[in-house]
Amino acid sequence: MTVHVQAEVRPRSFRRLGLPAFGLIALAALFLAAAGAISIGEVAIPPAEILKVLGNRLFGMDLAVDPIREGIVWHYRLSRAAMAASAGAALAICGTVLQALLRNPLAEPYLLGISAGASTGAVLVMVLGIGAGTVTLPGGAFLGAGLAFAFVAFLAHGSGGGTERVILAGIAGSQLFNAATSFIVTTSANAEQTRGIMFWLLGSLGGARWADTALALPVLAVGLAVCLFRARALDAFAFGEDAAASIGIDVSRVRTELFAVTALLTAAIISLVGAVGFVGLVVPHATRFLVGPAHGRLLPASALAGGVFMVAADVLSRIVVPGQVLPIGVVTALFGAPAFAFILWRSRRGA
Amino acid sequence: MTLHACDIAWEAGGQPIVRGVTLRVPEGRLLGLVGPNGSGKSSLLRLLAGLRRGSDGAVLLDHRPMSAVPRREVARRLAFVEQQVSTEVVLTAREVVALGRTPHRGAWEAWSEADHAAVSAALARTGMADRADQLWSTLSGGERQRIQIARALAQEPRELLLDEPTNHLDIRHQLDLLKLLQSLDTSCIAALHDLNHAVAFCDEIAVVKDGTLVIQGRPADVMTVDLIRSVFEVAATVREDPENGRVRLDFLPD
Ligand SMILES: Nc1ncnc2c1ncn2[C@@H]1O[C@H](COP(=O)(O)OP(=O)(O)O)[C@@H](O)[C@H]1O
Ligand SMILES: [Mg+2]
Repeated sequence: MTVHVQAEVRPRSFRRLGLPAFGLIALAALFLAAAGAISIGEVAIPPAEILKVLGNRLFGMDLAVDPIREGIVWHYRLSRAAMAASAGAALAICGTVLQALLRNPLAEPYLLGISAGASTGAVLVMVLGIGAGTVTLPGGAFLGAGLAFAFVAFLAHGSGGGTERVILAGIAGSQLFNAATSFIVTTSANAEQTRGIMFWLLGSLGGARWADTALALPVLAVGLAVCLFRARALDAFAFGEDAAASIGIDVSRVRTELFAVTALLTAAIISLVGAVGFVGLVVPHATRFLVGPAHGRLLPASALAGGVFMVAADVLSRIVVPGQVLPIGVVTALFGAPAFAFILWRSRRGA
Repeated sequence: MTLHACDIAWEAGGQPIVRGVTLRVPEGRLLGLVGPNGSGKSSLLRLLAGLRRGSDGAVLLDHRPMSAVPRREVARRLAFVEQQVSTEVVLTAREVVALGRTPHRGAWEAWSEADHAAVSAALARTGMADRADQLWSTLSGGERQRIQIARALAQEPRELLLDEPTNHLDIRHQLDLLKLLQSLDTSCIAALHDLNHAVAFCDEIAVVKDGTLVIQGRPADVMTVDLIRSVFEVAATVREDPENGRVRLDFLPD
């Protein structure tokens, strides 16, 4: 007689939020955060007045608004919120892509030293005053980011590869490029420049105008489009490079292409708002938890969530200390560092 | 003959690992790859799958050098099951199997009926249909192995390469898998450790040692007492079953 042992059935009621549901929630959150970002500040502006400004600017209406307040809403606060949202989205996309390609939950531009490299490039341009314009600064940042990428890849590969080595190599890269930045600043910058650079290095949205957003948005759109085009390839990396190759992915081509896109996005954002850390780490994890790991959904969802996160962080940076604006990087790090510890702790337990 | 290694060689760490192997995979048949640990079976399979570029010789896919065929085109007809894989991504078993459809889908192409049918059929063939919605990370070693095989079947390959696919499987599932490979119209090549399984199920056996192909042929012709002694360094007796012509091996302690 055979005894049938009823196998323990573990039906996973595995609920993931659909992209439309997530998108709606995130858009509502973005709207709320932006409303906060526009109304909060030294000059309090009531919602009715904000609506009038938006009516005038977006729909060509001719409502009576105080021109100074209209300027504050439109030229300062709204452009600042748009810049924050673009930066958050770009950094979240970078983190999502790097975590998938490197198969490391800790991968993101800041921890991998890409941000440090971009900072070095941008600072070099600033201090030496090469061209000193909106084109040369991102250009310098991009070269720096590319150099940092090459350095980290070379070091990780040379030390025997593997997903943990990448982070170690990234730490070495961060140290090296941060030191290079400090070297440039201490030897070549005057006091005035030094103060500006130090503030900028911690992340600052203070100077964000529409012209900056006009540079960030196309880069963000192209970056997101390329990553979405490669969404299936990113999914295919789940079991590693050999597994990806054996289901038809041209691994070296996809890797090169997406590393270039990440370097470009990081460089653009860094040159505009400075080195903001941890957004690329925290946001993809939180989003993945909600919408699942499929990149076709994860990428747009991360981008949205990153935008919300940065706008909210910007609001916080303005209200935590009355009368003072904290660097945005300080706020994101205050949230990011505990999240980093949590992820580290969880991946250790799972191993 | 669709998959063919021509005098293929590969080195790693300054050491020759595969040295001039010429191998043909019989069409629609099951070829067993046997040899001691470290003889180069896994390396040879990776070369045949096009995952490594040989330092010499060529792997031919329908008489075309595999290195000249785009990766996606290779993956639509040739599938590979690695010895062991891992992931940190939170995926269900079905999502892992669905990865096998990657080469059949364009970047913007939606999930089709054919994709769905291929995934369901692959899950059913490996006996994993009732585990489809379980998380990969909660599956046992044997179940993971079967899901990887299901992923490979979902690719609907004409050639299927498997590196020690019976590892981790209990005896029933080992036999089920070998029967499945035998029954497929796909040309299969599987690295196997159990020589009795190899002789019982394979249409042909290829024996490797120190990175070279010692012999390839029908099990009864290949598996002789002398060969087993020289390649595996054990004494054995070989009996032929008069009913089906299959051989059986018994290993003797020294
Ligand atoms: N990347 C590598 N670098 C150095 N040596 C390797 C590498 N890959 C395999 N080898 C060596 O090649 C030999 C054959 O390995 P492998 O193909 O895995 O053998 P098998 O699968 O038959 O056990 C082993 O001695 C192994 O140590
Ligand atoms: Mg092996």
